Amino acid sequence: MSALELVGVSKEHPGPVAALRSVTVTVRTGEFTAIVGPSGSGKSTMLAIAGTLERPTTGSVRVAGLVVDGLPDRALAGVRASRIGFVFQQFFLVPTLTALDNVATGLLYRGVPAAQRRRAAADALAEVGLSGRAGHRPAELSGGECQRVAIARALAGRPAIILADEPTGSLDSAASAGILGLLAELNRGGATILVVTHNPEIAGAASRVIRLRDGRIEHDSEAA
Amino acid sequence: MKPLSCPAAGPPPRLPVSRLRAADTWPLALLGLVSRPARAALSAVGVALGIATMVAVLGVSGSSRAQLVAQIDALGTNLLTVAPGQSFGGQDVTLPPSAPAMVARIGPVIGASAIGDVNAQVYRNDRISAANTNAITVYSADTGLLRTLQGQLARGSFLNAATARYPAVVLGTDAAAALGVDRTGVLLWLGHRWFGVIGIMRRLPLAPELDRTALIGYPVAQRLLHATAAPVQIYVRANPASIAAVAAVLPATADPAAPQNVSVDDPITALTARADASVAFRELFLALGAVALLVGGVGIANVMVIAVLERRAEIGLRRALGARRLHVAVQFACEATLLAGCGGVAGAVLGGFATAVYAAARHWDAVVPVPVLLAAAGIALLVGAVAGLYPSLRAARLVPAEALRLG
Repeated sequence: MSALELVGVSKEHPGPVAALRSVTVTVRTGEFTAIVGPSGSGKSTMLAIAGTLERPTTGSVRVAGLVVDGLPDRALAGVRASRIGFVFQQFFLVPTLTALDNVATGLLYRGVPAAQRRRAAADALAEVGLSGRAGHRPAELSGGECQRVAIARALAGRPAIILADEPTGSLDSAASAGILGLLAELNRGGATILVVTHNPEIAGAASRVIRLRDGRIEHDSEAA
Repeated sequence: MKPLSCPAAGPPPRLPVSRLRAADTWPLALLGLVSRPARAALSAVGVALGIATMVAVLGVSGSSRAQLVAQIDALGTNLLTVAPGQSFGGQDVTLPPSAPAMVARIGPVIGASAIGDVNAQVYRNDRISAANTNAITVYSADTGLLRTLQGQLARGSFLNAATARYPAVVLGTDAAAALGVDRTGVLLWLGHRWFGVIGIMRRLPLAPELDRTALIGYPVAQRLLHATAAPVQIYVRANPASIAAVAAVLPATADPAAPQNVSVDDPITALTARADASVAFRELFLALGAVALLVGGVGIANVMVIAVLERRAEIGLRRALGARRLHVAVQFACEATLLAGCGGVAGAVLGGFATAVYAAARHWDAVVPVPVLLAAAGIALLVGAVAGLYPSLRAARLVPAEALRLG
């Protein structure tokens, strides 16, 4: 079963500037896919479209079996809330909340009661190895720990796919290695991961690497 | 390229729903404010000042009004006097002896007391020349007169059911001074008999005409001095709310046979003074408070617009986590409302405090009506909701991917 399907997806910005040109990709459940490519190649645009944060100019997107083309904003929000987990380079943690509450935020828009959110958050924190830091605020955590919290937030809702945009972009090499190990471990546990990265180590660890250039797929390790 | 489509057979899959629980809405708004406490406090100051101004204006004017009402009440807005007037032909007339009792039966009348003429003079002793009357008038009085006039005694006691039957006299302040009496127990030569002084009244602001009188009981006046039972003046205390109605029925009640001969002193002048005093300048200050509130509201809108720009990343993140546009709009609208609400509460407290301090400085009782406080909080919330409308719509309109990129 596919966790994500992009069929003939193009994205043009006013100009016109083509960020993506007829990209077709299927990410199967359980895959660990890395999208690599030079800056401006369309990696982040592809991730945003895959995550329904942006609509393609043409083409179709299916997330966990659901065709999202033309869905209204509220339905797209529902898709993101229930089927997609995001991890960003800048972590985007709320500084006034503890690690546990930051993770619980991942379930805020599912209509889940607070106590249940916190239980799921505690489980997710345990998965990323940060149970002992649940009560700490982001300022008290290292960069690597912050990103682990962000990953736990993405995991908390048990999404069909985790989309990560440069998850090691703000980390030193040791912390990057830790995050890479965590992603690989989560993948071994069954999580489907699509990661946009410049980090060759992540690309090396992924089960599949897609190289983009000028909005087109230049190379897909699976196709090769 | 063939687009993706749902399978032709079977029902379409149910769309997942994004839902923010109502119980999470306000904590979320609070989180936004506590993240930037200094800014939140400063932006709430405008609303707080506006609300404080309005509460203080209403509180001070309310306290002032209450004070004025008490003063005016002391001067007699709920005191009416009934006296025999003149007949159509210009002759002096008298009130029927039953008039005080009849007047007392009027529903809103709290108390009615009468004084009656006594054909006698009072002297310090029996050696004083008859011409040296000191201009003191002797009246017979109801035992409830002092209470009706809300008067007080400087010495001794007022007439009661017992002393009203015996040669006992109560002196007004001026009468006591003129007679050189400063204590009870002194005997006075009144109507060619000895009367014992049992009380000396303080000044009666409501009936200064009684300050130079000697008051004796009705029974003793009739028995020993052959006084008539016809009252010369009836003092009537009535419920302030019904004063006009009582005034209207007094003539016919006091003298049903000849109401035109009854003179009623009405308190219209005092009532007018009360009404004038209660509104003077209040509108002006309320308008100033409203302007301050408006400026406060604009300040909140301004701060929220800046917050939307600063928090694009957070907005993008929330959208990525599954927030709908509505959820983002609600979050910012609630933040603005909460901000203004906090300002409103602070303003209400400040206004109440200012009222209390001002009232205390003037030795008034502070009066801040609860409806004013509730209205202040309501207005503040409304200002916040209106101020938050535009910023929240701006926040909701942000494209998530763009918000994340720019944030």
